[in-house]
Amino acid sequence: MKRRVVITGTGIYSSIGKNLNEVKQSLYEGRSGIGVEPERKTYGYRSTLTGIVERPVLKGLLDRRLRISLSEQGEYAYMATLEALKNAQIDKDYLENNEMGVLFGNDSSAKAVIEAHTTVLEKKDTMLLGSEAVFRSMNSTVTMNLATIFKLKGINMTISAACASSSHAIGLGYIFIRDGLQDLVLCGGAQETNLLSMSSFDAISTFSVRMDEPTKASRPFDASRDGLIPSGGAASLLLEDYEHAVKRGATILAEVVGYGFSSNGAKLSQPSDTGSETAMARAIHDAGIDAKDIDYINAHATSTLQGDMFEAIALNKLFGAYKTPVSSTKSMTGHECWMAGASEIIYSIIMLQNSFIAPNINFEQPDEYSAKLNIIKTTTKKNIDIFLSNSFGFGGTNSALIIKKYNP
Amino acid sequence: MKREDIITIINDFLIDELEIDREKLQDDANLKNDLGIDSLDFVDIVVIVEHKFGIKISPEEITNVPTLKAFYDYIERKTGVQ
Repeated sequence: MKRRVVITGTGIYSSIGKNLNEVKQSLYEGRSGIGVEPERKTYGYRSTLTGIVERPVLKGLLDRRLRISLSEQGEYAYMATLEALKNAQIDKDYLENNEMGVLFGNDSSAKAVIEAHTTVLEKKDTMLLGSEAVFRSMNSTVTMNLATIFKLKGINMTISAACASSSHAIGLGYIFIRDGLQDLVLCGGAQETNLLSMSSFDAISTFSVRMDEPTKASRPFDASRDGLIPSGGAASLLLEDYEHAVKRGATILAEVVGYGFSSNGAKLSQPSDTGSETAMARAIHDAGIDAKDIDYINAHATSTLQGDMFEAIALNKLFGAYKTPVSSTKSMTGHECWMAGASEIIYSIIMLQNSFIAPNINFEQPDEYSAKLNIIKTTTKKNIDIFLSNSFGFGGTNSALIIKKYNP
Repeated sequence: MKREDIITIINDFLIDELEIDREKLQDDANLKNDLGIDSLDFVDIVVIVEHKFGIKISPEEITNVPTLKAFYDYIERKTGVQ
């Protein structure tokens, strides 16, 4: 028998706020977290635009060994997880005596790798890398560190699926709980924002060059969009078996009801309307609902010409008849890449809890594809019972999640 | 380099970088049992010693240094000051 999977804790650390309250305010006000980092020009970037994420101060929160082993994105993940566990009323004692898993999306730790390489080049001796380099450099850096810090004893692994990484992490956490393999899984995503991490994306002209207007540069679905803006931080969610949550008296925030996935089987960087449609349709089928039941869609739309176009085609095909409200919170956050799937679930849960749709800022002029969608330009009051969140990545990986307001 | 300078440098980095309490830094303190220095910390000590004293020490040797006084002696010997 399939078990119900609920969300009992959320935590966020991003360019639009360092906790749930700050993020809620930003979403409501349509505030952009984008700025410029001039060093990118000197380094050799075409675009200096980036989400601005403040590094947390961890001295005093974590002892030295645990602290120095964290990569940049691991630090964000730690902060987001602290908030999520606090909201879920789960403390150290609980974790000592109960089993919790961890599944996070992360697909690079470039700064740690490049800095280690630079040191060896200079010193010609790997012994001078220090003890922390290995724990910061591996792709599983986030989950290996979170599992150690919080003494987690269940499933422990990182999902790497480009910009759909953390959406798949939640989808897999949902399956682990639904099928009775785990009662509690910490899911999420983390994304580094340093200049060493994104040069290869800049190399293929992925980024907007609207550097004179940073807060207007991310404009998903707008006719004059010219590329995405890299961003990051971390998002943590606690997924829990429904009966388990009720038994321990947890506050239930929402329910995960559908997960859909697909692979385009086509080109490396080109998205696909049919691939994304398959993932969405599969999520709708898994949730046992109809497309018309969805009250809000948090689009993947990153502000690239092709990506937004293919998603608009797929959305119009599935939801065009219902004029379902759509917005891309990437218009404010930029593209949070490995973290985006998880953060956008949290942004949408905030909207669900507070009955509003956050705006797709900078959507001024539709193109022929986005003109067919009901894109929300300004903050709109609306009751949301069910939402869909899309995440698509390089290599054609697609993930769609459906979340429902908790209803006993 | 004078012995007292070596002692100051070592004590400072044990306090500042390895975050060991100053009051624990007694000559007869055992590096592992009293100061809590573990195998990964010894890896970091190799890096710090290279940076502070400009000498390369072997991780195998430093791991076998028993006390803080023996650590001072070891660095004094390695830096060539008797």
